[in-house]
Amino acid sequence: MTDIAKTDTDNLLEIRDLKVYYEIKGSVLKRTVGVVKAVDGVDLAIKRGEILGLVGESGCGKTTVGRAILRLVEATEGTVSFNGRNVFELPPSEMKHLRREMQLVFQDPYSSLDPRSKVGDIVGEGLRVHGIRDRQERHTQVLKALQLVGLQEHHMRRFPHEFSGGQRQRIGIARALVLNPSFIVCDEPVSALDVSIQSQVLNLLKDLQGELNLTLMFIAHDMSVVEHLCNRVAVMYLGKIVEVATREELFSNPQHPYTQALMSAIPVADPKAKRERLILEGDPPSPLNPPSGCRFHTRCPEAIDRCAVEEPLQIDLGQQHLCACHLREPVKTPEAIG
Amino acid sequence: MATENGKEARTKSTDTSGTPLLRVNDLKTYFFTREGTVKAVDGVSLEVQRGEIRGIVGESGCGKSMTAMSILRLVDKPGKIVSGDVYFHGENLLKKSRREMARIRGRKISVIFQEPRSSLNPVLRVGKQLTEVLRIHEGINSKQGQARAVDLLKEVGIPDPQKRSTNYPHEMSGGMAQRVMIAMGMACAPDLLIADEPTTALDVTIQAQVLDLIRNLRDEHGMGVMLITHDMGVVAEMADIVTVMYAGTSVEEAPTEELFEEPLHPYTQGLIASIPVMGKVKDRLDVIPGRVPDLIDMPVGCRFAPRCKARIENQLTKCEVEEPDMLDARPGHRVRCWLYESENAS
Repeated sequence: MTDIAKTDTDNLLEIRDLKVYYEIKGSVLKRTVGVVKAVDGVDLAIKRGEILGLVGESGCGKTTVGRAILRLVEATEGTVSFNGRNVFELPPSEMKHLRREMQLVFQDPYSSLDPRSKVGDIVGEGLRVHGIRDRQERHTQVLKALQLVGLQEHHMRRFPHEFSGGQRQRIGIARALVLNPSFIVCDEPVSALDVSIQSQVLNLLKDLQGELNLTLMFIAHDMSVVEHLCNRVAVMYLGKIVEVATREELFSNPQHPYTQALMSAIPVADPKAKRERLILEGDPPSPLNPPSGCRFHTRCPEAIDRCAVEEPLQIDLGQQHLCACHLREPVKTPEAIG
Repeated sequence: MATENGKEARTKSTDTSGTPLLRVNDLKTYFFTREGTVKAVDGVSLEVQRGEIRGIVGESGCGKSMTAMSILRLVDKPGKIVSGDVYFHGENLLKKSRREMARIRGRKISVIFQEPRSSLNPVLRVGKQLTEVLRIHEGINSKQGQARAVDLLKEVGIPDPQKRSTNYPHEMSGGMAQRVMIAMGMACAPDLLIADEPTTALDVTIQAQVLDLIRNLRDEHGMGVMLITHDMGVVAEMADIVTVMYAGTSVEEAPTEELFEEPLHPYTQGLIASIPVMGKVKDRLDVIPGRVPDLIDMPVGCRFAPRCKARIENQLTKCEVEEPDMLDARPGHRVRCWLYESENAS
């Protein structure tokens, strides 16, 4: 019942029990002195043509999940299947081919563009890597990608520093689009932008997703942005997914105490919205030494004794709503217990 | 809720004294660079009352931080405060000597910055740097300092303050470091606290804690707070009154609820419509076309005119020729826009 990752042709991408651990080496003898469990058992499926939001606070492992899918970091355990094929077991030649299908848009449009390359070369680099030798052909494709994001031909000859933050992010998106991918991981693509520019980029992503029938994984920390853009949302805490639901369901009926706290903590740009505030105490624990049982129990306002001992599994609450919390288990009838 | 407390605090403070705690009048801070004169702050006027949280909101480069630095007279070359007045307790800070300013900074006015960990000295224990300000301004010894440090850490809600006071900044989380910064700011019980994007570097759950702390300290001590942020959500939840800045100048000023309910300046309207608000999903977000003008090459007339839809809709010709003043559009609601000129005259 908890197995959402059943092979399903609706799913473009299926992540099963993904773990990414980093070993910390001692300074002199290079012995392993600790293990950071950045991602610790993530199950998640992404449907074709949807925008899946992956939210959580810094250090929860959301970026690492995105990078592990693209094999930019090596997973310690688990599988990622893309169109039914395990990405981690593909030979390098096929992996290279697959990379055309899966692209990435980075957070910081200032540091993710080579300052010494012209925009045309930055966007066209992927084409060159994938063996499109013909200059004219590359030019046409780069132009097409730039036009998709609202830039023009003369921009190809300019350098990144000549552009504003919003335009740079458009360049970053054009670079991802140039190879005609079907799946793009957007890693906090608007968090470095000013609000009036942010809305331009969000609208652009929404339009492109519809026009090109893309599947997006949208990594973010801002719940309002996620609610605006995504069809489905997964919430992460300390290396694990605590809740997954459709947007409507998650925002109208959040179940996990962490999701509830996260939503309550967000300042809403409406002074009349008087809300019951739920302020969490303390800081998120270190992934180097995560708490036992449910990882959220040290900050959870509802924690019971069981939470410290036993790790909760994902429970299906119906309507594709999954939640990993002991308190949300359906109440057992006396017969069932007996 | 905080806004109610704020109102209470405000009425109390106006009883005790007629002059505002801080009054900035037509402040201009320019940077004289080889490429030209950068008008970072260009005609900002605002007031902060005792016990009030004044929000200053605007996008990057609008001059909100530089306004704060100018108030504290911390503008470095090639920058210079070219004109204006900054009255604090009725005295003009711009006329003070450097020594007099040094006695005001940290004691009467203190600041907390965005990045807590880069604002702390990495090689000093937090207890020690926390009370440096007390040693300088109040001449206490290090033993007394240690006791005060523990008290202050306790006040900002740091668990186990005794032990934490011996920590170095790197041993603390971002949220905890920001609490230390706030404790440091509160050490001399200032009359005015300037908080420059105090929670921008923090996670939302930690942001909520820190904002709550600032609000509680304001309620307890009745200090005035100047809260600088780019986040309309933070402003909506924290501020009693808001100044919106655009390209170096203030464009609108109103009590918080009124500003969100009935924004008057086309820029403020665009800003509020362009942010996604939780619980109010719409298909597309509104967009302000174009981009912020270059501070070296400011348009003649209204700075927002090149991006302004209302100017075209209302066929205003004046906007591109002459810059409007702040007009009183409603009681307590001021706006720098020609659209409201007639209302003002009548």
